[in-house]
Amino acid sequence: MVPNVESLDRKNDTKDAKLQEAVNAIVRVSHGMEVEAAIHPALSNLVDNDVVLRIQDFSLWYGKAQALFHIGMDIPKGKVTALIGPSGCGKSTLLRSVNRLNDLIDGVRISGDMLLNGDSIYAPDVDVIELRKRMGMVSQKPNPFPMSIYENVVFPLRIDGIRDRKILDEVCERSLRGAALWDEVKDRLQESALALSGGQQQRLCIARAIAADPEVLLMDEPASSLDPIATAKVEELIHQLRGEYTILIVTHNMQQAARVSDFTAFMYMGRLIEYAPTGVIFVKPQLKETEDYILGRFG
Amino acid sequence: MSVETLKEEELQLDLTTQKPSEVSKRAVALAAHGTPYLWLMGGMLGIAVVMIVGLLMLVAVMGSLTFWPVKIVQYEAVDGKRYLGEVTRIETYRPSKEQVAQLPEEHREKAQQFLEDREGLSERYLVRTGNYELTNTHFHWVSDFQIQTTTYPEWAFIWERLSWGRFYGILKGFQVDGKTVTEDTLETYRLFQNYFPEVQKKRKLIYHQEKEVLGSLNYKLEQARLNVRDKELKLRKATEKNRSALEQSLKKAQANYTELKERIEAEYGKVRSQIEALKGDTQRYTLLVEISDGSIATLPLATVVRGYPANRMGWFERLSVYIDRWKEFLSEEPREANSEGGVFPAIFGTVVMTLLMSLVVSPLGVIAALYLREYARAGYLVSAVRIALNNLAGVPSIVFGVFGVGFFCYFLGTSIDQLFFEARLPNPTYGTGGILWSALTLALLTLPVVIVASEEALSAVPNSMREGSYACGASKWQTIQRIVIPRALPGILTGMILAMARGAGEVAPLMLVGAVKLAPELPVDGNFPFIHLERSFMHLGFHIYDVGFQSQNSEAAKPMVFTTTLLLILIIVILNLVAIHLRNRLYKKFISREV
Repeated sequence: MVPNVESLDRKNDTKDAKLQEAVNAIVRVSHGMEVEAAIHPALSNLVDNDVVLRIQDFSLWYGKAQALFHIGMDIPKGKVTALIGPSGCGKSTLLRSVNRLNDLIDGVRISGDMLLNGDSIYAPDVDVIELRKRMGMVSQKPNPFPMSIYENVVFPLRIDGIRDRKILDEVCERSLRGAALWDEVKDRLQESALALSGGQQQRLCIARAIAADPEVLLMDEPASSLDPIATAKVEELIHQLRGEYTILIVTHNMQQAARVSDFTAFMYMGRLIEYAPTGVIFVKPQLKETEDYILGRFG
Repeated sequence: MSVETLKEEELQLDLTTQKPSEVSKRAVALAAHGTPYLWLMGGMLGIAVVMIVGLLMLVAVMGSLTFWPVKIVQYEAVDGKRYLGEVTRIETYRPSKEQVAQLPEEHREKAQQFLEDREGLSERYLVRTGNYELTNTHFHWVSDFQIQTTTYPEWAFIWERLSWGRFYGILKGFQVDGKTVTEDTLETYRLFQNYFPEVQKKRKLIYHQEKEVLGSLNYKLEQARLNVRDKELKLRKATEKNRSALEQSLKKAQANYTELKERIEAEYGKVRSQIEALKGDTQRYTLLVEISDGSIATLPLATVVRGYPANRMGWFERLSVYIDRWKEFLSEEPREANSEGGVFPAIFGTVVMTLLMSLVVSPLGVIAALYLREYARAGYLVSAVRIALNNLAGVPSIVFGVFGVGFFCYFLGTSIDQLFFEARLPNPTYGTGGILWSALTLALLTLPVVIVASEEALSAVPNSMREGSYACGASKWQTIQRIVIPRALPGILTGMILAMARGAGEVAPLMLVGAVKLAPELPVDGNFPFIHLERSFMHLGFHIYDVGFQSQNSEAAKPMVFTTTLLLILIIVILNLVAIHLRNRLYKKFISREV
């Protein structure tokens, strides 16, 4: 049912007419009136070499409910791309579709495809396990494994059957340094990872995610369960990783998106609404919907 | 007056007029707080605690008192009979008229008076008088109206013997080679203390020679004989091609057997003569003892296991006897139809059987749970399996015993015998009850416990951990093996602890599949192949049943029931404590610090 716009009107009679317009735009999307995704020219014509991940007309259904609608976007190499949008807009689903974690859920169906450096992710003959090895993932809640810090970091190598102590040691140190955790844990690598604090655990998970040199690093609200200091550390880390890794990060903290990302994609109700350089989207978004969300008028 | 204050006053007025009565308000509050239910719940918990603690206390007190040496009392009855022994029980009862009438005439009146003073009630003492071969009974009831004098003779002695139960008497003299050396009590006591340790040492040596040395010789010879028999059987089935080779090997085996037999017979004779010599040595010494009817009896020192003058001993000496008896109980074999001696074979059998059962049930249960939880898709089949499992947990244990006999012993065991132990037939090897079949039967019995607990532990592993592992590119099996199982291990161990506690205390199925009254041959010994899983074994639970209800001398065995029960409880507690300790360590390692 279409909400009574007039009643909204009466309630907020002191607010400006601009909001009125915005609410109408959101209502439009809510009722399936497709809004063409507004993709910034800087992102619409990238050449293959600059793109790590191409998402092509991607849709996804949980059973009968459609969660993603015709998403099409390119993730540029070596940059941080943030996915923002209100809860339930499908940004986490999109992220989990990249490494096919949604396959684990019964009744998931997709159409369209994604390309990781030119290789199809959803082609029928793809080895999902090999595919996942090319990506790293950091989840919302820190999920260290029940083993030592050292074993946690080298887990991706262990499952590849690498036993050479020299390689493992090297990767462990490099990853922990990369995750800015080395100095804090270098003397207790053999202790249980579960003994670390929440923020340390999350950085450990980042270290694990970069241990196998992923082509793209997926981060699903990596700081949402951390306190402000740990959050600041993780954000700083993302800054450091930029350039070396391509990062796709989901967040619903606007400030965080503005701070850490080069590009931002705004999603709403399973659709990509706007995709532009962060500077553009936060200062002068093309669409009303984006601006309203960014300014905190809804969501 | 402002408007507000007026309103306030009105409000207060309102409150006072509409106040509900104190009582109903309180009743409502009581019900709302659930106080009566709280009392009910607390009371129930209290009853449960009292019952458990009471049971444990009873077993602990009765069990630990069994071995304490009590004083030896001598009652002289009015009819002149004397009873020398230990008081084991005191009861109050109402003696019949006939009992009084049986007394000698001159004492009847006094006894009558005695009973009237006590409203017809009398105490009676159960005196363990021993000396079974002389009196044909181990115990006598003595009522207090019969007693003329009560004394505690200084030199009253108690001897525990290899057979015929205990012997009570007063130390009188010492004989060596049938000649009386002394009739002085103190000197006799000195000689007894002097010679007894030597006799005991020699007896142990005889035991060792008979059991270990002769046993191992017998075993070797038997193996050689079986080898010959095996070759004979093979020859019978021989084809033209390999007949000559088999004939050859049979001849070799026969030659080997004859040679071994000669050698072993020679050795046998040697050991036998050694044993005879030792026996001769121990039989040289005899004690002269005055028993309760005043006559002198002889007590060969070779038959004595332990002897002490109970009435002369101080607290410290009693303690040393107490400890010595516990030591014997824990480390020796039973004597006299299990009512005396130790229970070491039963302890050993219980522990080995329980560990063997855990060894079988845990991988089985965990693997089944893994499949059910991680791989199987929900459907009719999985539901059916779950229902079957839950029903399995409710099946009476004796049914498992019947199944064990039918399937393991008669079907599997007989097949194994025919395939591998044909030479021993018709004597069954695996085709009868044994420790292996008992462990397997109990493994089946405890399987549902392990599966249910393991499944719960597996489902408690957070999904985020699995996803993290998948995201690293781990396959399903790698995830299960490296993440899920370690994380679920403490929970799985909890299931194993429950299974062990259940299995160690189970008796009914064991009676069918291998637990026996007496099995001095342990399932593990020094004869190749060292572990003999086909052997029947002793089990503490069965031992309790046997001692308590199957013993000829049930009155003497009764304290042993408590002691053995105490021991069984202690063993289960120890097994559980070890497992709990292990689980807590794993828990600390894998779970507790999680955010």
